[in-house]
Amino acid sequence: MSDLALGTAPPPRRRTGGFDSLALLLVCLAVWQAVASWTDGIAVAPPWTTIVYLAGLMGQTSFWGHAGATLTAFLLAFALSAVLGLLLGLVLGAWRFAGEVWEPILAGFYTIPKVTLYPVVLLVAGLGMSAKVAFGVMHGMVPITLLTLAAIRNLSPTLLRTARVLRLPPRQTIVWVLVPACLPEIIAGLRIGFSLSLLGVLIGEMFSSQRGLGFLLVSGMAQHNVPLTTAIVLLIVVMAISANTLMLRYLKTR
Amino acid sequence: MTRARAVLLVRIALLAGLVALLEALCRLGVIDPLSILPPSEMLGAMIERVASGDLDEGMVQTFSTIAIAYVLAVVLGTAAGALLQKLPRLRAVVDPLLASYYSVPTFIFYPLLVALFALGKTPLVILGMMSATPAVIISTLAGLDGVPPVLLKLARAQRLGRWHTLWWIVLPQALPRLFSGFKLALSYALIGVIAGEFLLSGTGLGYAISFAYQSFDSQAMYGAMLFVLLVAIAANGMLTTWESRIARRRARQ
Repeated sequence: MSDLALGTAPPPRRRTGGFDSLALLLVCLAVWQAVASWTDGIAVAPPWTTIVYLAGLMGQTSFWGHAGATLTAFLLAFALSAVLGLLLGLVLGAWRFAGEVWEPILAGFYTIPKVTLYPVVLLVAGLGMSAKVAFGVMHGMVPITLLTLAAIRNLSPTLLRTARVLRLPPRQTIVWVLVPACLPEIIAGLRIGFSLSLLGVLIGEMFSSQRGLGFLLVSGMAQHNVPLTTAIVLLIVVMAISANTLMLRYLKTR
Repeated sequence: MTRARAVLLVRIALLAGLVALLEALCRLGVIDPLSILPPSEMLGAMIERVASGDLDEGMVQTFSTIAIAYVLAVVLGTAAGALLQKLPRLRAVVDPLLASYYSVPTFIFYPLLVALFALGKTPLVILGMMSATPAVIISTLAGLDGVPPVLLKLARAQRLGRWHTLWWIVLPQALPRLFSGFKLALSYALIGVIAGEFLLSGTGLGYAISFAYQSFDSQAMYGAMLFVLLVAIAANGMLTTWESRIARRRARQ
């Protein structure tokens, strides 16, 4: 499962202060500005222009329609991935034989290019919201399942034995023993599932769709509207990184 | 051993059962034959497509793009990882970037890359690299961090030169982790390139699938799709076998 832990990356360094983050931010902005100036803004709009454009975009109601479509699809996909992934992980973790049968299948599914399956999703679910959500779930559910499964499998048997000695009913065992003990892995899985269901939804919107931020991204490029494309990229990057940072911070404090 | 064999047999039976179920549902008309072809016809379509040479050009394009992106990602990623490991100050700065890199869907940069480099091989190679390189950097860091300081001290005590230390001490210790990174990088490069072709391009296997979808040619679509998936599964399966062989050799030592 070390594969899935990617991005959990090197051990956190405590002394890293706000100065480092500021320096990193400034370097990113400088690179962005340099690329924009170097290409004369035909491919990437410069940072300030982009921020102004994004602010203007946020004043338009049509933009909120697209943002709302993406947000709805993403929240649905993430919620479904979380619920289904946790349940399946729980079952496969507890039922060891089934877990051993399914784990390589799921891990294999995790590494194949699922984009190639998107036409099938479209043909089955039809154009629109359900296809996007289904595709998001296809991406987000597997890592959550795999990490939950691993967490339960690696659970210290003492904990379960204690629960049995205390005669806890199954539901209480799950709520008071299993979930708290597996929480770090579950959060780690949710963090990956979060990013991947967002990825699934956005890819779905970038391919033959009429709504959503992914659609705006592609249409901005088709209309040679460079500030629009850059603004949407900025928006998605900022949102994804903030959500991820929050979850990482939670993991660190555990 | 018998348990492992039982698991394997059940797994094979399960997969075969799922394929058979899909076949039956398609044949019985429960699933609309216009949306999903029966697996047997998918296989037929794939063999026909591959034999007819329709996919040849796409294959050359896609596989060469993936190969370039992968080699660049492995070389640059290993170098960058080694450099960061040597410079802890820089690493502390870059750490948050690496930690949140994969939370951003790389594909959203693809339209910018296309605008920057024009449609063609270059934006696809860069997209593949962008997906794969950080995985190599992260696993290189993890691999180098995992070398026990005692062994490095031993190397110094034995007055091993820099290259000898690298070859005899560091590399064998770091290899399993490095290899997991290389394995992951291949599937990321593959996903990146094929997704890029699928979303927006004029060549390659990914493009063949989206083109067939747009023109309602489900034979061509399922044929190309099955081919891509089988290639991806075979590549990953090979690397996974190799990886576990390395891990087993390590365990024996």
